Amino acid sequence: MKVGLFIPCYVDQFYPNAAIATLRLLQKLGVEVVYPSKQTCCGQPMANSGFEHLTKRCNELFIENFEEFDYIVAPSGSCVLHIRDHLHDDKNPEAAKRISHKIYELTAFLTGVLKVKSLAAKFPYRVGIHQSCHGQRGLHISSMTELVSPEFSKPNSLLNMVQDIELIHLDRKDECCGFGGTFCVTEEAVSVKMGKDRVEDHLKHGAEYITGVDMSCMMHMEGILKRLGSKVKVIHIAEILNAE
Amino acid sequence: MENSTKDHAELAQDFNRDEDRVNWHDETLWFIRQKRDKTAHQIPEWEALREAASQIKNNVLSNLHNYLVLFEKNAVTNGIVVHWAADASEHNKIVHKLISEANVNRMVKSKSMLTEECGLNEYLAEHGIEVIDSDLGERIVQLAEEPPSHIVLPCIHKKKEEIGEIFHKHLGIEANISDPQFLTETARGHLREIFLTRKVALTGVNFAIAETGEFVVCTNEGNADMGAHLADVHIASMGIEKLIPERKHLGVFLRLLTRSATGQPITTYSSHFKKPRDGKKMHVILVDNGRTVQLGRKDFRNSLKCIRCAACMNTCPVYRRSGGHSYHTAVAGPIGSILAPNLDMKKYADLPFASTLCGSCSNVCPVKIDIHEQLYKWRQVLVKNGYAPAAKKVGMQLMTWTLSSPGFYHTVGKVGRLVMKHAPFAVNNKLNPWFKQRDMPYPPAESFNEWYAKNEGKTHR
Repeated sequence: MKVGLFIPCYVDQFYPNAAIATLRLLQKLGVEVVYPSKQTCCGQPMANSGFEHLTKRCNELFIENFEEFDYIVAPSGSCVLHIRDHLHDDKNPEAAKRISHKIYELTAFLTGVLKVKSLAAKFPYRVGIHQSCHGQRGLHISSMTELVSPEFSKPNSLLNMVQDIELIHLDRKDECCGFGGTFCVTEEAVSVKMGKDRVEDHLKHGAEYITGVDMSCMMHMEGILKRLGSKVKVIHIAEILNAE
Repeated sequence: MENSTKDHAELAQDFNRDEDRVNWHDETLWFIRQKRDKTAHQIPEWEALREAASQIKNNVLSNLHNYLVLFEKNAVTNGIVVHWAADASEHNKIVHKLISEANVNRMVKSKSMLTEECGLNEYLAEHGIEVIDSDLGERIVQLAEEPPSHIVLPCIHKKKEEIGEIFHKHLGIEANISDPQFLTETARGHLREIFLTRKVALTGVNFAIAETGEFVVCTNEGNADMGAHLADVHIASMGIEKLIPERKHLGVFLRLLTRSATGQPITTYSSHFKKPRDGKKMHVILVDNGRTVQLGRKDFRNSLKCIRCAACMNTCPVYRRSGGHSYHTAVAGPIGSILAPNLDMKKYADLPFASTLCGSCSNVCPVKIDIHEQLYKWRQVLVKNGYAPAAKKVGMQLMTWTLSSPGFYHTVGKVGRLVMKHAPFAVNNKLNPWFKQRDMPYPPAESFNEWYAKNEGKTHR
């Protein structure tokens, strides 16, 4: 099994540790992982802003970089959802379709494809999990409070394999943090208020770390935590699953 | 409000100046969302009900012409006068004519978001006709000279103390009263006199049944019934999408409507109106006002399945923190944001962007409208039609150039991180909306790409 590692642009630039942890974790689990170095971005920042017509080159680059792999794995629900739903290439429609079927968010890959049953990780902290909307409501990696359906959570099932971790309870377990791509600057007031409220829920329940599958939500909440002068940190789930 | 030049982001920013109020607004609506969850989870077949409702409405939309003609035929047979209005203006003129024919200059009206959409009250006021809204929440906002901020809970943005103040000013109660029981009794007394003296009553329509030519009006206060039963003339205004094929389908919708709206099992009153009483008149106005245009938009037609429960508003984390008035349209929130651009793309170009696309709206929708996906699609349509702000266009083009070339992207990333590290004032300033209330991420010395080249170079391509 050959896996292509897709590292979203902002993770590449600002959160290399999340990417390194993803790589190391997959390697530890015996997967052959290759990182194609000419990758850039899934195109979501433009598309969600209404400029999907500008994503042509991003789409072509994505297909060029990732077509050869059996699976594509990324430490992000949001970027994976974008590729699944919107990757297209008029010259190569079949390749785009194949990719959208073989791309996975990390925790979905670990639970669904690798079927991981145990991990050697240890993380002795109180951790709040943020359910990023695109992973949850878009990729269905967890059940959703709105739907009348059995409860499950792929990220939580993995975190429960981590030694000494304490997962905290939240009042609103799947409310959006307000990042929303360019929404975070075009609707600054509401975005910040949503972020403050989300962070407050974690602080109130004694979190030492806030984790999740999407660093974009974490980046937004980190910005708020830092401005508040809080010592609480954000951390990508891969870093916890890879912690020793 | 309709004439405001501020967009959603600006109006939301105004709303957020009073954080305690935002918290109160958010928690009030979140409480309703929780009630909805609780009652939905008591129905094991909830998801199947949603699917059934969605399919029934899909059938209605695909056969709208036939159902409308059938409804008209049966309604006329029952003794109802049926009118057709192509747009808001025609609707308002028809209502005006019917009031004039009754030789009166005042009317009582129960809650009808369609008449808000059509601007009926303003139109009639200009023609010297007084309209009194009889829904408690609507009466309150009417006295306050504001539009409703929510389609089910029109004055959810007002605190009981403020309502006491409004009643003190307009209904003559003493100052500083905020007891909900007392305030409700006051409104009740005030409205009794209205019900008894108005000869014309207008109601909305929740469901119209093609098979029988009857229509159903759902209220909790019974105010629609009080108005309609005491008047000589009952006018019911409905959007043409309110039809359902047969009476048996009503059960599906009545089970979903109020559970989704407020968490109640059913509305207190679900009143069927089939024919006028002897000597009285009953009119139905079938209003298009852009609905057939929306029906012709492949990506947006199923927004017409909406039964106006407002579950998408109660669950929307943006709505709860920006308030209904920030949407500057009659139907606020996520559903309003996909309906309004159909009526006026320029005026409502901001609304599809007032969302994080979190998808909660689509999950609570009792008729399974893919609201957040339509928000995404409206964004594409609006930009293609030239309604994107100029600065955003430039920004997006720059971003596209950067992300379309791996070499350029890595250079820009490296330079950007160096600037952030050595000249943080370049980004940490008031021109950067991110920085206003959030710190910037700390720029690492190397990107993952650079780390990989150094540490895993052997597999590097």
